[in-house]
Amino acid sequence: MINYLSNNSEAVLAALRQHIVLALIPVVLGFLIALPIGYLGVRVPWLYHPLVNVAGVLYSIPSLALFVFLPVVLGTKILSPLNIVVALTIYTVALLARTVADGLRSVDFLITESATAMGYRRFRRLVDVELPVALPVILAGLRVATVANISLVSVGALIGVGGLGQLFTRGFQLFYIEPILVGVILSVLLAGVADLVIVLIQRAVTPWTRFQGSRA
Amino acid sequence: MITFDDVVKVYPGGGTAVDHVSLELATGKTTVFVGPSGCGKTTSLRMINRMISPTSGRVLIDGKDVAGQDEALLRRGIGYVIQHAGLFPHRTVLDNVATVPVLLGKTRREAREAAMKLLERVGLAAEFAQRYPAQLSGGQQQRVGVARALAADPPIMLMDEPFSAVDPVVREGLHREFLRLQQELGKTIVMVTHDIDEAIKLGDEVVIFRQGGVVAQVGTPQELLADPADDFVAEFVGRDRGLRSLSFDTAAGLPVRPLPAELVVDDAGRPLGWKSADGVRPTGGTFTSADTLRLVADLAILSPVGIAVRVDADGVADGIAPHHDLADYLAARRS
Repeated sequence: MINYLSNNSEAVLAALRQHIVLALIPVVLGFLIALPIGYLGVRVPWLYHPLVNVAGVLYSIPSLALFVFLPVVLGTKILSPLNIVVALTIYTVALLARTVADGLRSVDFLITESATAMGYRRFRRLVDVELPVALPVILAGLRVATVANISLVSVGALIGVGGLGQLFTRGFQLFYIEPILVGVILSVLLAGVADLVIVLIQRAVTPWTRFQGSRA
Repeated sequence: MITFDDVVKVYPGGGTAVDHVSLELATGKTTVFVGPSGCGKTTSLRMINRMISPTSGRVLIDGKDVAGQDEALLRRGIGYVIQHAGLFPHRTVLDNVATVPVLLGKTRREAREAAMKLLERVGLAAEFAQRYPAQLSGGQQQRVGVARALAADPPIMLMDEPFSAVDPVVREGLHREFLRLQQELGKTIVMVTHDIDEAIKLGDEVVIFRQGGVVAQVGTPQELLADPADDFVAEFVGRDRGLRSLSFDTAAGLPVRPLPAELVVDDAGRPLGWKSADGVRPTGGTFTSADTLRLVADLAILSPVGIAVRVDADGVADGIAPHHDLADYLAARRS
């Protein structure tokens, strides 16, 4: 395996880079799109259940089907990385829109009430109070979405763009175990590191959660 | 002055919450809305800062209808304290207190400096400033809630059951603190409670609501105890209102008798107890002329001989009041 790595370091690194880009751009895009959608699901109460249902249906579409189907809808080339990005963004939105809505719904009524009574207008209350208080729930969803994306990118290898997934297809085609092992280990490591980074961010931006439930 | 002008609140399908209420709440005084649950007291309070809009009628602050004012700006000028304090869990104590000044455009730094002074004012040590609400006890959170409401120095404070989520001992301390603060600050305070004792203790004026959002009686605590408007109010203020009304008078006018030989005093003249067959029995306490008649009555009842002992500022006994003297005094005062 060491031999394989030293002989193919450039190809492996390129695959890793592509994997990171393909997994993380959808996380960022999906998060930004999910914020307003999730908020709508709270602001307009009757939208919440349709939102949860549509999100559930979207998330249940098999990824390979979506990868193949998207070029037809978007008019992109079948080998375009854009297909992967769009598909994973859809999954991320499906996952996070519900998380954002649930996070905002979890904010204690007393807290929003007292914010209003102190003279917050709606938008500033959302940004200054509701979103920060919902952040632990939202970040937990972001962890799931990130790890899921990292594993889904590999499936893209079946249509020719798949970051570390290409190492699997190469290994299968050549009946050669080393690239498969490298691919598996690197994608697991990548998922672990990404998860850890989000946990560290969460600790940094929500220091107050450490005291919840324990009174000094 | 806060004015309720023939205010009605009807909820769609939910009946009448507030039924033709007209009130005038004096500036610089504490007015307490009290009544059983579902009597419209909280609804009335929340109409002052437009958290709820009346179905008909007007609420005015210093003659200006609140309905015509910008909601957010109006609320920034009115302090608001709720049960459980409603603190922001993601902000430190200091930043919670600084909330409204920051909304009003103060820099965070200015607002924090002012907040620090306020914490001291409500009796919280500086070490609490950097803690989060979850690290505080219920009583401490409530103090922070009061500091937060006071932060922008609003002329009006609305308090919705501010002390009902804490245990009786803590509540007692918060009551003392509240009375001390109000003496210093002289805010126009409107407080809601379901506890008539709290209302009598803290209110300059008390508004008793009954079911259906009707005002049953408005008056000072003394007036309500001495002269309830009807059976509902009499029932609500409680069976022992006669005894409680004694809390509003001092013993200054109560005549005392000279010290009898049975009262044992020390060399300085401080009372030690009453002589009896089996030694000296403790007096059970003493009163000064500044104490309330309620304390005198209590002492007379508890005393082994039915006599309360008065002392001067140095604790030297200077007279006694047997319970029948107290009864005669009260009877003479009433006629």
